[in-house]
Amino acid sequence: MTLLSNPWIHGLVVGTPVLLVFLAASALASWWERKFAGRMQNRLGPTIVGPFGILQPFADALKMMQKEDIVPRAADRALFNLAPVFPLALALAVLAVVPFGGSWAGDEWSSALVVADLDIGVIWVLAVSGLMVFPTWMAGWASSNKYTLLAGMRSVAQGVSYEIPLVLAAMVPVVATGELSLSGIVAWQAEHGWLVFWPPGPGLFAFVIFFMASLAEANRIPFDIPEAESELVAGVLVEYTGLKFGLFMLAEYTHTIAASVIASVLFLGGAHGPMPEIFGPMWLVLKASTLFVIIYWIRWSWYRFRSDQLMDLCWRYLVPITLVLVMITAIMRGFLPGGAS
Amino acid sequence: MGSSTSHGAAPPPPAPTRDVRPLRMRVNPFLDIDQYDPEADLMALNMGPQHPSTHGVFRIKLFIDGEVVVKAVPYPGYLHRGVEKLCEKLTFAQLVPIVDKHDYVAPMTNEQAIVRVVEEALKIEVPRRARVLRTILAELQRIASHLLWLGTFTLDIGGTIGGGASVMMYTFRERELILDLFEMLTGARFHYNTHTPGGNRHDVPVGWPERVKKVCDVIAARLPEYTAACTDNDVFDLRSRGVGVIDAATALELGLSGPNLRASGVDHDLRRDAPYHAYDEVGVNVAVATDGDCWARYIVRMAEMEESLRIVRLLIDDIPQGPITALKPVKLHTQIKVPAGQHYAAIDTPRGELGTYLIGGGAEKGAAAFRLKIRPPSLHAMAALPWILPGNTVSDVVAILGSLDPIMGEVDR
Repeated sequence: MTLLSNPWIHGLVVGTPVLLVFLAASALASWWERKFAGRMQNRLGPTIVGPFGILQPFADALKMMQKEDIVPRAADRALFNLAPVFPLALALAVLAVVPFGGSWAGDEWSSALVVADLDIGVIWVLAVSGLMVFPTWMAGWASSNKYTLLAGMRSVAQGVSYEIPLVLAAMVPVVATGELSLSGIVAWQAEHGWLVFWPPGPGLFAFVIFFMASLAEANRIPFDIPEAESELVAGVLVEYTGLKFGLFMLAEYTHTIAASVIASVLFLGGAHGPMPEIFGPMWLVLKASTLFVIIYWIRWSWYRFRSDQLMDLCWRYLVPITLVLVMITAIMRGFLPGGAS
Repeated sequence: MGSSTSHGAAPPPPAPTRDVRPLRMRVNPFLDIDQYDPEADLMALNMGPQHPSTHGVFRIKLFIDGEVVVKAVPYPGYLHRGVEKLCEKLTFAQLVPIVDKHDYVAPMTNEQAIVRVVEEALKIEVPRRARVLRTILAELQRIASHLLWLGTFTLDIGGTIGGGASVMMYTFRERELILDLFEMLTGARFHYNTHTPGGNRHDVPVGWPERVKKVCDVIAARLPEYTAACTDNDVFDLRSRGVGVIDAATALELGLSGPNLRASGVDHDLRRDAPYHAYDEVGVNVAVATDGDCWARYIVRMAEMEESLRIVRLLIDDIPQGPITALKPVKLHTQIKVPAGQHYAAIDTPRGELGTYLIGGGAEKGAAAFRLKIRPPSLHAMAALPWILPGNTVSDVVAILGSLDPIMGEVDR
């Protein structure tokens, strides 16, 4: 117990499984998506490698390792090689502050299942996911290719714009609960009800907008214009081969998983559920998986916005709506049970 | 060369509003290159021939300001196979499998176009059974081609990893059914070689009409699914409405035809206006839209599929009895000779007016064409690109290109 109270050892002991579980989950997610998309489209998806093709991600990884590593002659070598590392690292860093379970009886919060229970967890999450535009821009710029350049520009424009509704929507739980740490928000929800239902109205809208903005941040359809493969070939990934490409792809899944996890922690009560607290992680996995399924369901049935329409949606609708939502929440807070300080 | 133009203050780039003057009064995008300021901060983006969304090997050079296209120069020709020159060597029966390959999405109607010009030249009266069968084949081919178009168009605006891919998988599922019908009739799934001057090579097999009816029922039941996936989708609406507008005058001036022309509000369809095959017996309700944008082209093609289903269902029940070809088979391959003279025949393919201009009397007194010119509808559709792309974003370039339904094999021949 004394050993675990050391933040370094605690981080190592809890962080390693979290890292491994989420990397494995990302690999599994790519198999699952292909299977899901296949079933949606009258196909079978992967069937050859392993039972139900479940080993397909590993086959893909093996294949990518064998690919020739090509760096374009005109590329900025350092940036080009550095860019693939960051998306995965940042997506995993977001998960460091997520409470995967624990006890929330009164104010006795056990932080056993958090890698680092930061007091400013929400800010950490938003800041780290805000950094995501940098690797994309690095890749887009360093490839010295016109298509990647366009994709990088789009990506920065989109990332910076959607950062604002994302932050404002995340402010609704913060204002409602008066907490900045994720475990605090979960504890508040365990006591007063999930934020998607309570405060009635703003919570639900904020959840929907947060979800939409997360889609845009994770570059998923209908907001995936930075990698719009119909016009930009493969977006910023045009010049990447082999493992670097694989890292980007893995990070995409990790990012999507992280977005679903954060949305379920902020709005759906996180690890809180009706059964004893030992089942907390199960509830979180269930909620996040549901959101994940919805993301991919949207992905395989919707079309892509144009970049100017995307900006329209953000600046003319999402930003004003979220501003109003934050204001309403702040006003309602005085009347909420447990809200007024 | 506009040498008198001062290079001091950079003139503003051309306004992205749509120019509605007649073409001869506009800046010619091919010739008047100097009209565009070389010092304007434009990026030249080469799209194709290796690009996922240029429908084969089309190449277009875009000059973009940010993401807005200022100028677009198409470079067709990467799929040139010299079909027209080849046609001067081969006998007329040998031409049929060759032209199968130039519009590789609708080979049936290609064959009919080339066969019809020979029939016109020789004044061959095609038996009614063959005419009805040709009508059915042409309309089935139209459905198959439009299904493929819908799939690739949704791919263009929805992404190969996304909703567009789903619609494409669905449309290809139905297209397969039609290809199965063709396979049952001709033995080939794609390059049928089933038409010959004077009639058809393959007669209707036992059980084929019943199967056609079944397939028609399946497709009629699934068309609403596409409507649900496209018409009812807000993003599809946003991406296609008001994008790539071609007004009626421009469309006529550029020689657009088929659904592209009808989407611009010109009520013109050779099937009704100059009936061939058995179209005069069934009558054709021509689908026309007025907007001239990608949305209108989509609506017109969807309506055409319904109309094709109606025509097929009308004809399939009583295919008349009688001979399937007017000529004795032995005469077909060797002895068709077209004497010197000019002949032209055009039919309405899924892509538009496919005309064939034939000067007879070539290769030893008429055994082959002296000159054969194919007027491909896709080429004229591609010619519209430099006029309508400026002012649109790069994303819309692929949407507009896709909405025109170009087949590069036909553009380049």
